[in-house]
Amino acid sequence: MMSDTSSLKGLTRRQVLSRATSAGASFVIGAGFLAASNGAWAIETGVLRPETMATLVQMARDIYPHDQVADEYYVLAVKGYDTPEAAEGIETGIATLNAAARNKGHANYLSIGWERARVDILRGMEDGTFFQRIRGGLVTGLYNQKAVWPIFGYEGASFEQGGYIARGFNDINWL
Amino acid sequence: MAAPFDLNDDDVVAIIGTGAGGGVLANELAQKGVRVVALEAGARHEPQDFINDEWDSFGQLAWLDPRTTSGDWRVAKDFSGLPAWIVKSVGGTTQHWAGASLRFQDHEWKAATTYGTVQGASLLDWPIDAAEMDPWYTKAEDKLNVTRTGDRPGLPGNNNYLVFEAGAKALGYKDVHTGRMAINSDDKRDRPMCQQTGFCFQGCKWGAKWSAGYVDIPQGEATGNLEVRTQSHASRILHNAAGKVTGVEYFDTDGNLQMQKARIVCVAGNSFESPRLLLNSASSMFPDGLANSSGQVGRNYMRHMTGSVYAVFDKPVRMWRGTTMAGIIQDEARHDPSRGFVGGYELETLSLGLPFMAAFLDPGAWGREFTTALDHYQNMAGMWIVGEDMPQETNRVTLNHDVMDSYGLPVVNVHFDDHPNDIAMRNHAYKQGQAVYEAVGATRTFPTPPYPSTHNLGTNRMSENARDGVVNKWGQTHDIANLFVSDGSQFTTGAAENPTLTIVAIAIRQADHIAREMSGQKI
Repeated sequence: MMSDTSSLKGLTRRQVLSRATSAGASFVIGAGFLAASNGAWAIETGVLRPETMATLVQMARDIYPHDQVADEYYVLAVKGYDTPEAAEGIETGIATLNAAARNKGHANYLSIGWERARVDILRGMEDGTFFQRIRGGLVTGLYNQKAVWPIFGYEGASFEQGGYIARGFNDINWL
Repeated sequence: MAAPFDLNDDDVVAIIGTGAGGGVLANELAQKGVRVVALEAGARHEPQDFINDEWDSFGQLAWLDPRTTSGDWRVAKDFSGLPAWIVKSVGGTTQHWAGASLRFQDHEWKAATTYGTVQGASLLDWPIDAAEMDPWYTKAEDKLNVTRTGDRPGLPGNNNYLVFEAGAKALGYKDVHTGRMAINSDDKRDRPMCQQTGFCFQGCKWGAKWSAGYVDIPQGEATGNLEVRTQSHASRILHNAAGKVTGVEYFDTDGNLQMQKARIVCVAGNSFESPRLLLNSASSMFPDGLANSSGQVGRNYMRHMTGSVYAVFDKPVRMWRGTTMAGIIQDEARHDPSRGFVGGYELETLSLGLPFMAAFLDPGAWGREFTTALDHYQNMAGMWIVGEDMPQETNRVTLNHDVMDSYGLPVVNVHFDDHPNDIAMRNHAYKQGQAVYEAVGATRTFPTPPYPSTHNLGTNRMSENARDGVVNKWGQTHDIANLFVSDGSQFTTGAAENPTLTIVAIAIRQADHIAREMSGQKI
């Protein structure tokens, strides 16, 4: 669990989920918090509405979808927007995203079942500043998380282990 | 050991910049007994300070002062404020460079003669040639411990090289090896041998790779003839009524404006900062900037025709393990117009870590077409393309008076349009690079666009005639006898090879010339 925040500590998974409503397939949303549907993680939200944070996390995954990367890393990649300075722009951007979803006959962005349909909506706003801000931030926000690197096989720093001179710099065996 | 010289000492040589040009020049002059003050905008970073982390290292070393861009090159769209990936540190970009150390091919010194008229290109022959440069190249190779030169063995091939080599041989390429690298391949040298750590671009923590920062600068300082002033940003070169330069104004570590008097000033701030300084030094006597009677200062900016090819295989490669660029195919470096372009290109192994791969594989791309490539990151191999680009007068560094740096000085705008020859060469190289990987079973290949420029050349070019360029065959400005240019901005044409070895060879030769002229009281 990535972020057992204080107000949620001590609650069982069942208790967390009992205080929440489902949003999309992945998330449950409660008063001031967002959690995984399977209870794997939960975070408190500060300034952003929990629904907004959930939508932002889904948007992040739809921009850079990696099925082997759990939601908690996408949450970490965007939770820096939950500040008084950033919140207004994020709420406005997500409201625009939901409006685009409604124009296509959906209740909101999170309610759309197929990734392809969500991506169609993102394509319609990809040149806008909100989309580019979120996408640009994810390039480092997601891929520069050291905890994400092993999922892709990337080994990171090697000097401390003496480089790869004795650790497989030329160990390829299939050529 | 610093050798503090007085600001009013007007017998010193002032060098601006301590990279491949300025750092080498400073040491070579100091070895000859010439007293030198080197002004370096960056701070000192020793090998133990370097960071095995791409973004953290970028924050530590990269030159991040504001710059602007224009033109049709993709860098202007993807990285509009970052036209170049170069370094602000003692040692300059030799802290970051990969170490590839290739001599120009003989014909590349005479591009105008060899290639003939190329429409839209401002090609010019260098006023020096291969025979003139041969002994200086040998000195440079000895200084840098370049592998596969002298008695120095080659580096072993890493996983990325082994894939590259197998594909190259399957395609029939012959001139394929682990490169001529300024990275020690055995322990018999003064610094340790390569430990196959990767992170060559982030500064070599072993010191196995040559850098002016931790090799030449301390050697020069040990003579007592070299003082390096760090975090000292040159803002203006001053001159007297006779039109001779008299010193350099700079902002010191504390941001205070200082003036160092000098007998000779050598400008070595790389191909953006060097012309910027000459242009920012405009006066009533030189209203278009110093050394600019030809109008050539800032023009003919070259950045090499570059690009990358990455490929995904069905099995792991782990390309990041080991030396970043120890692998080369030289068969395409020849001049062979039957391919549809003049000049040639090298193919060199290259890897990026996951964070930089996400940023540079296809900047701005998103969605599954992009992310499925990264999903197979550990099955990726990669190479860099570096070829000769055409000089064009309109590819140009100018002052942008709408944007000021933290000292209140106009920043540079870097304008670059690809020449049709550059585009034809890049497309050929993409095709060949993809074929190399397909020959060993790549399941997907990526012709990746150029990164922010690492090879920045030609904005104060060397010319036989004063009307065609900024400096003569010694790097001495045509207009002002005691003002020199000492970096890659002297390049008349770019050739296909990574430029550092040539910058170093020219700097060693220039030091010899300056010391001789000084002792003969000619400057």
